[in-house]
Amino acid sequence: MDTREKDIEKLKDYKYGFTTEIENIKAPKGLNEDVIKFISNIKKEPQWMLDFRLKAYERLKLLKEPNWQKPKYPKIDYQDLYYYSAPKSMKDKPKSLDELDPKLLETYKKLGIPLQEQARLNGIAVDAVFDSVSVATTFKGELTKHGIIFCSMSEAIQKHPELVKKYLGTVIPVTDHFFATLNSAVFTDGSFVYIPEGTKCPMELSTYFRINASETGQFERTLIIADKGSYVSYLEGCTAPMRDENQLHAANVELIALDDAEIKYSTVQNWYPGDENGKGGIYNFVTKRGLCKGKNSKISWTQVETGSAITWKYPSCILKGDNSIGEFYSIAITNNHQKADTGTKMIHLGKNTRSKIISKGISAGFSDMTYRGLVDINSKAKNSSNYTQCDSLLMGNKCGAHTVPYIKNKNFDSNIAHEATTSKISDEQLYYCQQRGLNQEEAVGLIVNGFCKEVLQQLPMEFAVEAQKLVGISLEGSVG
Amino acid sequence: MSEQLQSDFDKIVKTSKISKEEIQIKKDFLNKFIKRGFPNRKQEDWKFLDLNQIIKKNIGDISFFNDYSQPNKIDSSIFIDGLEHNKIIFINGRIEKIDFNYEDQNKIEISDETKKDISFDYENSLIDLNSALTHKVFKIIVKKNYSLKKPLIIYHSTNDKIKSTNINLRLDFELGENSCLRLIDFFTDNAAKNFINIFYNFNLEKNSILKNYKIDKFKNNSLKYSFNNIEQGNNSVSETFILSAGSDYFKNEINCNLNGEYSSAFINGVFSLKENQQHEIRTSINHLVENTKSYQLIKSVLGKNSKSAYQGRIFVNSKAQKTDGYQLSKAILLDETSEFNAKPELEIYADDVKCSHGSASGSLNEDSIFYLMSRGLNYQQSKELLINGFLLDVVEKITDSEIKNLIKNIIGLKE
Repeated sequence: MDTREKDIEKLKDYKYGFTTEIENIKAPKGLNEDVIKFISNIKKEPQWMLDFRLKAYERLKLLKEPNWQKPKYPKIDYQDLYYYSAPKSMKDKPKSLDELDPKLLETYKKLGIPLQEQARLNGIAVDAVFDSVSVATTFKGELTKHGIIFCSMSEAIQKHPELVKKYLGTVIPVTDHFFATLNSAVFTDGSFVYIPEGTKCPMELSTYFRINASETGQFERTLIIADKGSYVSYLEGCTAPMRDENQLHAANVELIALDDAEIKYSTVQNWYPGDENGKGGIYNFVTKRGLCKGKNSKISWTQVETGSAITWKYPSCILKGDNSIGEFYSIAITNNHQKADTGTKMIHLGKNTRSKIISKGISAGFSDMTYRGLVDINSKAKNSSNYTQCDSLLMGNKCGAHTVPYIKNKNFDSNIAHEATTSKISDEQLYYCQQRGLNQEEAVGLIVNGFCKEVLQQLPMEFAVEAQKLVGISLEGSVG
Repeated sequence: MSEQLQSDFDKIVKTSKISKEEIQIKKDFLNKFIKRGFPNRKQEDWKFLDLNQIIKKNIGDISFFNDYSQPNKIDSSIFIDGLEHNKIIFINGRIEKIDFNYEDQNKIEISDETKKDISFDYENSLIDLNSALTHKVFKIIVKKNYSLKKPLIIYHSTNDKIKSTNINLRLDFELGENSCLRLIDFFTDNAAKNFINIFYNFNLEKNSILKNYKIDKFKNNSLKYSFNNIEQGNNSVSETFILSAGSDYFKNEINCNLNGEYSSAFINGVFSLKENQQHEIRTSINHLVENTKSYQLIKSVLGKNSKSAYQGRIFVNSKAQKTDGYQLSKAILLDETSEFNAKPELEIYADDVKCSHGSASGSLNEDSIFYLMSRGLNYQQSKELLINGFLLDVVEKITDSEIKNLIKNIIGLKE
């Protein structure tokens, strides 16, 4: 069997490829003020929230879609998208899990996250997002005991307006780039986390995203605030049903760490990447930005990117507080016709700030992978340092791996070191493994996992296992 | 600007004797340039050095007309002593002398009837400007199996007759099979605030060797741009060394196409900048066939208010298996106001390759200074010693020992 046939085989049993039939409430197609008012109205938002959206929309009208990125995509008709859809049974929020639409529960089961069981067994509070509206939030009791707020964005706007008002849009302002601003105008829902002063969050917070209704742009908005001396670890994972049409996903994630606080944000992304000819698949144009606002604060991004037709995102850290730390660990895998342009930005503003970037890119098939990063040390950021390492692994000569780092050092007290290598799995390595009884696929899996180990180690235990499996699945059939 | 440019262009056309056809070609280039103007920071390649702004701020109204009818007096004091060499002398952009006295005259051909067309894709308005306004294009052909006995030094000098003027010059070189050329570009400027736009086109046949050394050492307030396009055949070698220190603004650009198997390209550069200088090196090495090799090493020492940038790009075609590519850039920042920017880029479409890059920047290591001071040197001496050692590393990469010593003398580096 040649590689292509194997790829097709693999896609046939894409295990997350299914759709659930639920009647949806949709906003009328298109993007205009009325749609924004419709969204705001249906979510019973206060006036200031609507003003926020409209301000963003005004700004959006002046912006052009960026086109400097490497993976080009067919033009998106923003007037041909639905900006809001919610499962019908959600009109009145269910009080407990039992009240949920059985079809919804079924969907989660297929995904491998039965809410109750997972909540009980793993001790993880799950805030599952099904088509833009949070369906259920569990483990509230335990979190409330610690004073932690973990709820959907819509709920936060209703119940904690003072926090949302204070922090929303402070890291990603409404005047940001095109996709971020689009999100500010039309975002539907997302997660909101607030960790009070001096609290260490007792469990990993996790959200599973899921895109369902076809032709729906998904615009999530996540806001995480870690108050002084607190700690939180947040997990985000994605799978999506099979479909033909391209879907745009332009989420915004804002992290804010105050004095001595630490936020760890991990992502495993496995959205539908399109078929073997590059048809379909999801456009993942996400804006993720963290602000180390206080002294001694720390933000760490870890991502495993295996899905999406096009991944285009740069989780960034703005190191404003003195002695703050930013970290970025990434594995990005592209196969078939997938394209990824991903990396990070580390902007050093405070004194003694440190950042570390470890990026591993693997490309196979006809895919294209770009690491693009910025390290900018401001003239005031005395005694700061950055270390960057980006390694690429190529499988076959139909794919590409590119590295485009931007390095700006304006401070003579600071050090920047950057290293990048590009290589392939050598025949010697394969031979060695096969000689010891592994078949080729297993050997490749082993070598690739070794290549990624530095990043996988950063993931929380529950995630690491899933991620490791994903890495293997994503590359099946790409060698041989 | 465009009115000035148009009228200067008409003046140039009137004073030079060129055919109608040629005028038309030049006009096309001129129109292309007018459309785009001087490059600015919105263009990715000019992100770190906004030429449009710099010209506006430093020159203001730039003139494009040079009177080439009268020869300039050659000032022999600029010549390099202690090294026998062939000469090409440019004064204010006019070729005053071509002298290959040390060589076999049958083996070198010089023609001024070069076609002005440009054989490669580019998105660079300065090449359009150059093609539109260059006075005369000479082509120097080194015949098969001939190695020049002595190096060729091209003197680029300006005198106080011109000011705020744009000078364009272009030379084409063709190196036949098994030939070898050592070429030194030597810059001496007495004129104030000119914008000098240099374009070299090299064609390297099988087994030929090109060594190009660019020496911009003496303080002057010109703006310079130099573009080298190098096409390499099988087993050919190109070596480029850039000393970027004298001019107020200098951007060196090298585009190298490795078209032949086993060809290799080496680029080494030194920035040594002080007060308000802004320099940049941008390279683009295109590995197009199997078994090619490239190596780049760029080091910067940056004083007060100075800024250097390195944009290096390695491109590997999907056919170019077994490519070996390497880039390293290092910078020492001496002052709070100095700035170093780098963009080392890899674009790779083949899997059996060895490509890597590294970049490091920071201040002088205090521990090293302490070590030297504890051995009796004073602070200044220790600093100098460390900086010299840092830069010497690049100079040592020069493969021609005669020229290496010359350059060491010019820089004032001692072993």
